[in-house]
Amino acid sequence: MKKYAYYPGCTLGSTGVEYGLSTLEVCKKLGIEMWEIPDYNCCGSSSAHLVNPYLALGLSARNMAIAEEAGLDVAIPCAACYSHSKAAELAVKESPEKRAIIEDIIGRTYKGESKAKSILEVLAESLDLEELKAQVVHPLKGLKVVTYYGCLLTRPKKIACDDAEDPIMMDNILAALGAEILPWSAKTECCGASHTASEPGVGIGMTDKILLAAQKSGADCVATACPMCMGNLDMRQVQAAKMFNHNYNIPIYYFTELLGLALGIDSKKMGCDRHFVPAMELLQKYEKGGEQ
Amino acid sequence: MKKVGVFVCHCGSNIAHSVDCAKVAETLKDFPNVAFSTDYKYMCSEPGQELIKKAIKEQGLDRVVVCSCSPRMHENTFRNCVAQAGLNPYMFEMANIREQCSWVHPDDMEKATEKAIDLAKMAVSKVCYDEPLEKSYSPVTKRALVVGGGIAGIQTAIDIANNGFVVDIVERTPSIGGKMSQIDKTFPTLDCSACILTPKMVEASSHPNINLITFAEVEKVEGYVGNFDVTIRKKARSVDMSKCTGCGTCWSKCPTKVPSEFELGMSMRKAIYTPFPQAIPNKPVIDREHCLKFTKGICGVCSKVCPAGAIDYTIEDELVTERYGAIVMATGYQLFDASVYGEYGYGRYPDVISGLQFERLINASGPTMGHLLRPSDGKEPKNVVFIKCVGSRDENKGKEYCSRTCCMYTAKQATLVRDKIKDSKVYVFYMDVRTPGKGYEEFYNRTTEKYEANYIRGRVSKITQEGDKLLVHGEDTLLGRPVKVEADMVVLATAMVSNPDAAHLAQLVGFSYDKDGFYTESHPKLAPVETHTAGVFLAGACQGPKDIPDTVAQAGAAAVKVTALLSKDKLETEPSVSVVDQKNCAGCGHCVNICPYRAISLETIQERVNGKTIERKVAHVNSSLCRGCGACTVTCRSSSISLKHFTNKQILAEVDALCLQ
Amino acid sequence: MTLNELQQQGAMATETLEKLSQVEARKCYQCGKCSAGCPVAEYMDIMPRQVMRLVQLGLTDEALKSKAIWLCATCDTCSTRCPRNVDIAHEMETLRILAKRKGIVGEKDIDKFHNVFLDMVKKFGRVYEVGLIVGRNVTTGKLFRDVNYGLPYLSKRKVHLLPEKVKAKDEINRIFAKAEEYALKELKEAENK
Repeated sequence: MKKYAYYPGCTLGSTGVEYGLSTLEVCKKLGIEMWEIPDYNCCGSSSAHLVNPYLALGLSARNMAIAEEAGLDVAIPCAACYSHSKAAELAVKESPEKRAIIEDIIGRTYKGESKAKSILEVLAESLDLEELKAQVVHPLKGLKVVTYYGCLLTRPKKIACDDAEDPIMMDNILAALGAEILPWSAKTECCGASHTASEPGVGIGMTDKILLAAQKSGADCVATACPMCMGNLDMRQVQAAKMFNHNYNIPIYYFTELLGLALGIDSKKMGCDRHFVPAMELLQKYEKGGEQ
Repeated sequence: MKKVGVFVCHCGSNIAHSVDCAKVAETLKDFPNVAFSTDYKYMCSEPGQELIKKAIKEQGLDRVVVCSCSPRMHENTFRNCVAQAGLNPYMFEMANIREQCSWVHPDDMEKATEKAIDLAKMAVSKVCYDEPLEKSYSPVTKRALVVGGGIAGIQTAIDIANNGFVVDIVERTPSIGGKMSQIDKTFPTLDCSACILTPKMVEASSHPNINLITFAEVEKVEGYVGNFDVTIRKKARSVDMSKCTGCGTCWSKCPTKVPSEFELGMSMRKAIYTPFPQAIPNKPVIDREHCLKFTKGICGVCSKVCPAGAIDYTIEDELVTERYGAIVMATGYQLFDASVYGEYGYGRYPDVISGLQFERLINASGPTMGHLLRPSDGKEPKNVVFIKCVGSRDENKGKEYCSRTCCMYTAKQATLVRDKIKDSKVYVFYMDVRTPGKGYEEFYNRTTEKYEANYIRGRVSKITQEGDKLLVHGEDTLLGRPVKVEADMVVLATAMVSNPDAAHLAQLVGFSYDKDGFYTESHPKLAPVETHTAGVFLAGACQGPKDIPDTVAQAGAAAVKVTALLSKDKLETEPSVSVVDQKNCAGCGHCVNICPYRAISLETIQERVNGKTIERKVAHVNSSLCRGCGACTVTCRSSSISLKHFTNKQILAEVDALCLQ
Repeated sequence: MTLNELQQQGAMATETLEKLSQVEARKCYQCGKCSAGCPVAEYMDIMPRQVMRLVQLGLTDEALKSKAIWLCATCDTCSTRCPRNVDIAHEMETLRILAKRKGIVGEKDIDKFHNVFLDMVKKFGRVYEVGLIVGRNVTTGKLFRDVNYGLPYLSKRKVHLLPEKVKAKDEINRIFAKAEEYALKELKEAENK
């Protein structure tokens, strides 16, 4: 049985609760053990590195150091947490001097032996797609999905876990579940990140463009692997529609929710009833046996 | 006691600005064996050379050292000079106090002068051990090999052949013609490419002095200038060339369709095929990877229908070895694979095509009979966007260099669209417009004025597919704002890159290439078609990106160099070759393995030891193959091998001169 | 003023920036691929390309005053695609840090948001959204922004009313203190160079 240190960050227990629940449920089902990093702290999100790069590295390095003590690689669902944790891992490996600085900041040892991995990467690496197909209880046949990767899993190159222009990890997993993956134009565009909160005129405009592209593609839903993207596309969907006079009703799912659904995990158990854009109806259709 | 003359050159101010030449000459006067020492402004000039000759005669000098530039520059000048004064030309040494001293130490006269003195002393120490050497001669095989049958190779071959020498063209594909045969029109005059190329192809095939060896590759090269032994692999055509009439029955009946390489996958060819209708020779080959006879052992239709009985499935690859006096590399280029740019969607979006695909789509004999139509739905595009520098000038995803031809071919393609589709609009995204050729700037001006092409200065960041349209995202950097252009078709001006096996071929023939796989000329200005390897020349884009006019000019230049070489009855060979002291040689064979010219072999000699005759193996140098590189001398464990003019004793004398002061 | 004089004026900032960011702005050949792919470009006062141009010419002071450096979302699209391998996003980030240290803030609300966010991390080791929204609204003076999201979040049991706190408070304090120490040291070294 594979075992990872699990880093939920600040969102997976709160605004991204579905992501946390679905990740843990899916991993349990697939036999991947998750050990939550005790007393973990915030990774600094999109704020720390804008103010002080050392702060960003230090905050993430502490979590990584705790995982390293336990001898585990870290599985990270949140794309922002992943990106910052990976940056810390790479920084200590960059040079002995850099490592000494970071270790001094956190007052712990971190050699970079414990690696930061996005949950998408963990699943893409450990799943045999043929075996996965055999495990599917509710095939997603007929479900038209656009996969949305955003920035933090695909850029910059040294941190990215998938291709910068045409990533495919999520596509492969969802396609194996029977879903139809549609091409679209916003696969790796930025959702606006924290601008939706700090500068809504800008941030929500960015979110709106992605929703518009998803709508144009003819997809039933959007799959994502980032709680920040989810927050913007799901929670801000009504606001974007109002601000730009559009009419949306596009459910947004964490890819782990769709994976869990296909594997027969109860959608409520994964918190799928806690979305802003109603998400249960589409899921229940497949729980009842999908498109006939 | 030797009588050495030392001559220190100022090279104008090239040396004198940081080396005190008078001081060098003065100091050397007191060095052992120096009988005469002086300095002069230009030693290579007529009066400079006279100075040397006069000193040899008046002072009775028996050897000479000139302290000046690199031997690459003037060694021959001074060797001739001392020879004219009656010395053996090898009783001469050069100390390079320019490239190795004044140019690299421009700011410290004291130290530079000190170093120049050291270099001069070393040369004097070496010259004292110089011995008279005589040049030898080797014969010249009056036949040339041209590798590659595109426009570069064809032109080179025709020019050599017209000068009266026999020339073989080895072409990898089933037909000569190269990339030029795929192009529609040529800039800046818009001649039809096929109309100006096919006469040359015909001339090459019918010329009594030219032999075409198509569907063949160079496998091995041995020998040296004047006498290269080249092994050529003639790939199995499966068609008996002597019987085939090129009637075409076989390919019309062949049931197997394969994407056509010539049409860049935009239409199909058969498994037995000629690449294009005007192919030369117009005789087909069987593509054994796809032919049912070879893949599944069935079919055999071509054999049944061939009226000449020319199909022969049993033909195998054939290796032939020929001797040539000179080799011209004319292996051309490839186009950059644009799918590297995920943001442009080449390979994912059907209507994003490459420049060469555009040529086929606008060509009357292409898959759309010359009607520019979209690959996706066969509709005529109204808005066409061109993106330049795809793979060029991009150290992130492509090549750092400029591909030189794209500015012009894109301008040409833009005019062709406007010409053929009257209600069309064209947009060209560019960073710079580079038109350094005769009539090129004028052509570009017509593209923007008469043909009303919209030139937008900016590199495109991304193309998105929006329904059946493409949306091109760029910045108009002159306006300073992002722009989006809706397009029906996007044409990528892909970079010219070297062939994937260019480096391998260079190693096989034995000459140098650069980091991008382009072949290195001997001198970028003064020897642009020569390589560092004597007898190997370059023509066309294998040396670097270039257009047809430049390629043809270079082909002509290469042909002249070849002709000059083949016109000689014999070639001088340098006497500075390795010799083996066979008494001392243990026959370990290290030198055999290290020699890059395969000049050393082990031979068996007989010796009498204690009254008995014994046999043992020792190294032997074939002096006509030896190029005097010296690799063997440093690898020899018993110091039994020595290079004439660079003997071990001479090298040690130089070291002593430097260290024992 | 002549270009020479303007360059003279911005020389200090330019050197500091070069030292801090290690970005080779001189490599930029102004193709605009960064700005063409930038999702925020249309909201910026000057294009990212023009920010690079200012830096390249040594007019860094002008770049520091731009709104563009604050609007950059650090999505890294520009750096990933740059044909000259110039890390534009990192240059923007460094400019922003430098501007903040110099007290030049082109986009006040964005800056305030990040301040509130980090204050919370400093205090609790983690963030909680209620605190974030309230804190931001109080500092920006836009009291009612996003209140309509507070309730649904609560009703969906998606936010904590009270912060979750990291027990190792001393470790968090150390990280903040030490990070600031190193940042200041680096800045000082860059300025003295």
